[in-house]
Amino acid sequence: MAEKSSIHGDLRLVNLTKTYGDFTAVNDLSLTIPEGSFFALLGPSGCGKTTTLRMVAGLEEPTNGQIFLGDTDITFTKPYQRPINTVFQNYALFPHLSIFENIAFGLRRRGIKDVKEQVEKALELVELSHLASRKPTQLSGGQQQRIALARAIVNRPALLLLDEPLGALDLKLRRQMQIELKWIQKEVGLTFVHVTHDQEEAMTMADTIAVMNEGEIEQLGSPADLYDNPKTAFVANFLGQSNLIKGTISGNDGDNHIVDLFGQKISLAKNRSHAVDNSIYAGIRPEKFRISRLETPTSGNILTGGKIEDVSYIGVSTQYQVLMPWGQEVMIFEQNDDAVAPFSVGENVNISWESGFTFALRGDEDAEAGMEVEPEETIDDDE
Amino acid sequence: MSKSGISNRRTPYLLLLPGIGFLFTFFVWPIANLAQTSTQTPVTGGDTGSYEQTLRWRNYIDAFVENKEQFGRSFLYAALATILALAIAYPLAYAIAFKAGKFKNILLVLVVAPFFTSFLLRTIAWKQILGEQGFVVPTLRSLHIIAPSTTLTSSAFAVVAGMTYNFLPFMTLPLYASIDRIDPRTLEASGDLYANGFTTFRKVTFPLSLPGVVAGTLLTFIPAAGDYVNAAILGSPQTKMIGNVIESRFFKIVDYPTAAALSFTLMAAILVLVTVYIRKAGTEELV
Repeated sequence: MAEKSSIHGDLRLVNLTKTYGDFTAVNDLSLTIPEGSFFALLGPSGCGKTTTLRMVAGLEEPTNGQIFLGDTDITFTKPYQRPINTVFQNYALFPHLSIFENIAFGLRRRGIKDVKEQVEKALELVELSHLASRKPTQLSGGQQQRIALARAIVNRPALLLLDEPLGALDLKLRRQMQIELKWIQKEVGLTFVHVTHDQEEAMTMADTIAVMNEGEIEQLGSPADLYDNPKTAFVANFLGQSNLIKGTISGNDGDNHIVDLFGQKISLAKNRSHAVDNSIYAGIRPEKFRISRLETPTSGNILTGGKIEDVSYIGVSTQYQVLMPWGQEVMIFEQNDDAVAPFSVGENVNISWESGFTFALRGDEDAEAGMEVEPEETIDDDE
Repeated sequence: MSKSGISNRRTPYLLLLPGIGFLFTFFVWPIANLAQTSTQTPVTGGDTGSYEQTLRWRNYIDAFVENKEQFGRSFLYAALATILALAIAYPLAYAIAFKAGKFKNILLVLVVAPFFTSFLLRTIAWKQILGEQGFVVPTLRSLHIIAPSTTLTSSAFAVVAGMTYNFLPFMTLPLYASIDRIDPRTLEASGDLYANGFTTFRKVTFPLSLPGVVAGTLLTFIPAAGDYVNAAILGSPQTKMIGNVIESRFFKIVDYPTAAALSFTLMAAILVLVTVYIRKAGTEELV
C-alpha cells in the first residue's frame, strides 16, 4: 500500500469549540489521541461527537481552538489537503462508479502509480475481491460498509475517522464487523477515531474511550477504567447500569472511608471516591451484588432488610429488583451458576458485595443523568 | 374469487383506455394521414390544394434538397440554444438544489413563472428588449461592444437568444431534479478523498447529474429544432428555420405533400440524433 503521509503523529485538539448560533455543539474540548491507537468518542445523540469528528475531517470549521496532527496545525486546511480519511455514516459510496473505481478514487486523485495492485490488496483485506466490477447499489449493507472502509484505508491516512460506521447494520453483522474492524486496525496499524453512541461497540473495539456529554468530555480512559471507576453519574449510567445509593462519609479506616447508607455502614476505597465533601452517592454495578437469605453468613459490605420485588430469568443470568428499607429499588444480576435455589418474589434477603467494587460520586449529582438516553440510529447530531 | 381475479386483470386496460383513445384520435390518425399526404402529387388541371395519391417518394428528396439550408440552420440554432441554456441552467439548478435553503420553493416557482404569460407575448417582448428603444443595444453601443450601425433584431443572435430564453425552464427543471437527488455526503466523501472543488464537480457532481443533463438537453433541443415562432418574430428571411418552411408550405403555399415530407424528414432526423445521443450518454447505466 501507499507509504505513510509525511504529516503524521498524535492528533491534538486544543480548546476546540463549535457553536451554531446560540447552540454550543462542542465546548472548549482538549484531547490528545496517540498515534496508532483505536480511540472512541462515545456519547448520546447531540453530544457533539460527530461535530468533533467533522472538524477533524475538515468538513466543519471550528469557531475556536486548534487541531494539530503531529506538529502541523491543520485547523483551517481543506479536507482534501489533510492526510485523513473518513468512513461515512451511510458509507457515501459513489453510485456511478464501480467498486474498484470507488476504492481507486483517492489514489487516482493523488496520482499514485500502482493503483490496480493497491486496490486489489485493499479488496483482499476486506475479503470482497470478487465484487470489484459491481456497482455500490448491487451490494448488501455489510458489503458496502467494508468497501467504504477499504476506500479509506487504501490511502494509508495518518488518521482514519469512523462516523457511526456500523449504525445501519443488524446486530449480528455489527458484532462481526466490530471484531473485524479491530483486527484490521491492528493489521494496518493506523490511528482509528471511532464515533458511536453504542457503549458496547466502543468498549469492544477501543483502547481508549472519551465519553462525551453536551459538548464536553465527561471522562476519558480505558473501557475497564470507565466501567469500574466512573467519575460522574452520567458515565456510570451511560456505560452499563449502576445502582447509586445516597450516603454520607461518617469516618475513616486506613485507606477506606466508612460510609453511612441510610443507617447501615459500608466501606469504600478512598482512591475510588470522586466526591468533594461528605455527601456522596455510593455506586455498585448490578452484577457485583450477591443476594443471600437472612440466615446465610456473608462477608464484605452488607445491606440488610431487602425484599425481592421482581425476578426475570434471562438465561446467562437472573435479574432481580430488590426493594431496600429506604424505598429504593436496586438492580442485581446473579449468574445462574451456583447451587443456591433461585429467590422468589416477596422473600426477605440481604445484599452484599466486595467493598473494592464500590465507587463514589459527588452527592450533588443527578443520579439519573445519562439514563434517559433514547436509542439513536443514524441521526446526525449536527443540526 | 375468480370473478374479482378477472376484473383485476382488466383494470390496467380500462385505465389505459382514455389515453389510448385520445392518442389514437389526435396523434396516430393524423400522422397516418400526414404520411399518406407526403407522397401525393397535384391533380393535373385541378384547383390549388387538390392532390391525389401517386406514391411519389421523390417528394422527400426534392423537399430536402430544396430546404437543406433551413434544416442545417434549425439544428445549428437548436444546438446553440441548448448549449446556452445548459450553461445558464446548470449553475442555477445547482444553486437552487444545494445553496437556496428555505428559498428553494420560491426559486422553483420563479423558474416556471414565465409560463404564467403567453409564449407569444414573451417572444414579442424580446423584440422590444433587443430593439433600438430597448436598453441592450444602446448599452452595448456605448461600451463599443457592437458597432453603432449594428442592430440586434431580425438576426440569428435574436432567434437563438429567444429560443434559449423560451426553453430555459425545460432545461432547469430536470437538471434541478437530478442535482437535488445527489447525496451531499458523496461530495464530502470526494473532498475527503483528496479531490478539490473542481475535481469533485468533474468526477462526482456532473456524472451524477447526467440523467438531468440528458433529459434537459432533449427537452430543449427537440422542440427548439422544430420551432418557428422565435424565427418568425425575432428573425429575418436569412434566419428561416425548417419550422418556418413547413408552416408556410402548409398555410400559405398550400403545398401539403412537401410540408408533410419535410415534417417526416424532421421527425426522422431528430429521432436518429436523439438515439445516438442517448447511446453516447449511456444514461441506462446511471442510477
